[in-house]
Amino acid sequence: MTTTGEPATSTTPPAKQRTRTPQRPGDIVFSFSAKAAGVLILIILAAVAAFLVAQAWPAIQTDSTELSERVHWLGQGRTLLGYVGPLVFGTVLAALIALLIATPVAIGVALFISHYAPRRLATSFGYVIDLLAAIPSVVYGLWGALWLMPKLFPAFQWLADNLGFIPLFAGPAGDPPRTILTAGIVLAVMILPIITAVSREVFLQTPTLHEEASLALGATRWEMIRMAVLPFARSGVISAAMLGLGRALGETMAVAMVLSPGLAYSIFLLQPGQQQNIAANIALKFPESSGLGVNVLIFTGLVLFLITLLVNMLARWIVSRRAEFSGAN
Amino acid sequence: MAKRLDISDLNIYYSDFLAVEGVTMAIEPRSVTAFIGPSGCGKSTVIRSLNRMHEVIPGARIEGRIALDGEDLYGREVDPVRVRRQIGMVFQRPNPFPTMSIHANVIAGMRLNNKRMSKAAADEVVERSLRGANLWNEVKDRLNRPGSSLSGGQQQRLCIARAIAVQPDVLLMDEPCSALDPISTLAIEDLIGELKQEYTIVIVTHNMQQAARVSDQTAFFNLAGVGQPGKLIEMDATEKIFSNPSKKATEDYISGRFG
Ligand SMILES: Nc1ncnc2c1ncn2[C@@H]1O[C@H](COP(=O)(O)OP(=O)(O)O)[C@@H](O)[C@H]1O
Ligand SMILES: [Mg+2]
Repeated sequence: MTTTGEPATSTTPPAKQRTRTPQRPGDIVFSFSAKAAGVLILIILAAVAAFLVAQAWPAIQTDSTELSERVHWLGQGRTLLGYVGPLVFGTVLAALIALLIATPVAIGVALFISHYAPRRLATSFGYVIDLLAAIPSVVYGLWGALWLMPKLFPAFQWLADNLGFIPLFAGPAGDPPRTILTAGIVLAVMILPIITAVSREVFLQTPTLHEEASLALGATRWEMIRMAVLPFARSGVISAAMLGLGRALGETMAVAMVLSPGLAYSIFLLQPGQQQNIAANIALKFPESSGLGVNVLIFTGLVLFLITLLVNMLARWIVSRRAEFSGAN
Repeated sequence: MAKRLDISDLNIYYSDFLAVEGVTMAIEPRSVTAFIGPSGCGKSTVIRSLNRMHEVIPGARIEGRIALDGEDLYGREVDPVRVRRQIGMVFQRPNPFPTMSIHANVIAGMRLNNKRMSKAAADEVVERSLRGANLWNEVKDRLNRPGSSLSGGQQQRLCIARAIAVQPDVLLMDEPCSALDPISTLAIEDLIGELKQEYTIVIVTHNMQQAARVSDQTAFFNLAGVGQPGKLIEMDATEKIFSNPSKKATEDYISGRFG
């Protein structure tokens, strides 16, 4: 805390002399193991990156005509970047749809658990949400393909008929709707638990001090949430959303099961065969690939790795941007 | 503006625990009433029941009657949110909203009542309230800085400015100086002396010199033992309580022979 204007409000201890305190064995062991763990993580990360680069290298090096001859599924005249580009687009699009749907719902559910539900209900509700996180993604894929898709079709058809003038919803709606929107919805359900669970923890940590400050001013519960809870939780909720985004970006099975793949830069959400995401593409192509084909797939994996890294850095930047007003000072 | 509070036969519970029993007192407008007593005797509990902040705690409830200029605050159709807009509160630890600027902190309460306030009107309220809290000169050049950039004493005065911005009928303060240094404490005590021209003020303090300095009336609370309910022992003019109290327990407490 900065002390301006008034003297003697903070009790800063007098500047201590830098003396060398004797090192205790416990301290040494702890500091060593902490450092070792940190270094180990960096080494693993670097090793993964090095592996990806090394394995992707042959694909990067080979010139594009030779590449499209030797990797038969690449398609006539597709360059490596021409192949990765649409996959990146599809990956990001599916993840963004998922995030756009899941975040508001997750915040609502988390607020209900932390600030509205009676305590006993809140506990069991939170437990159910945690269980959702434990369901394997292949089960979500089955659920999406067998149960959700038939239910979505009429809604998609309605969208195409009534909002078809918006390019996003241009028809004809595919039947069955093996589309990027379906994939996005399945992904949204998958990332809902993690975003909810983290947000709920953050909401619960709002200082009573600030909640009471707003209540004492005559805030209703919702106003209290807007004045005290949400500003406090903002960066935590962003982190939660980024965790979800990371999972959505890398999801393989569920997407492979509900999306009919395509390689276009297409924003048509209701038409099948337009987009594909990187992870599902690797899973589907890997069994029929060898040699240079595998190198191409690994190159797409490297790109996915970079995207995920970028998302994390972006999240950190967003979180730190208004640190001054966060109450951390 | 400045209304009186009448409390009768007030019992206050936390779930099944009776924390305060049988309080009856009158709090006069445009005066300062101090609550003193050993810790745990229920001073905070009583003051929080006056603006219905007590019931924010799960399971907390009261019995009895609290009336603001004759109107029952706990009446069937009374909205606690409205009560809190009429009766402002300042807490033990300064609690400006950390994500808001100084300016936004002051008008936070106004914004609840009146979403579309013109910039000029808002600025006027901010200046009036900060002047009212003796803080204007110190912060007028940095109204857009976060409230948490101020010192503890300034933060507490910011909280007072925030409370008086909505021009409440009563101002409640629960140990407002206990987290502050002596100089900031004096600043707040001076401020209380000025504010009582316009507001009804109730202050909890563990500092008897402070009660003697700032208050007109003093209420002494005590409890028989741990787990027993706190009770109002006596209430009287401050000079009387500190010079010639009518109860032995009060005298013992004041002279420091107790707790
Ligand atoms: N949130 C709470 N839940 C249960 N009991 C409480 C709570 N707050 C205070 N109490 C109890 O109520 C009694 C009065 O407390 P309090 O009003 O804080 O006393 P004071 O402010 O005079 O120190 C104490 O016995 C205390 O343990
Ligand atoms: Mg107290």
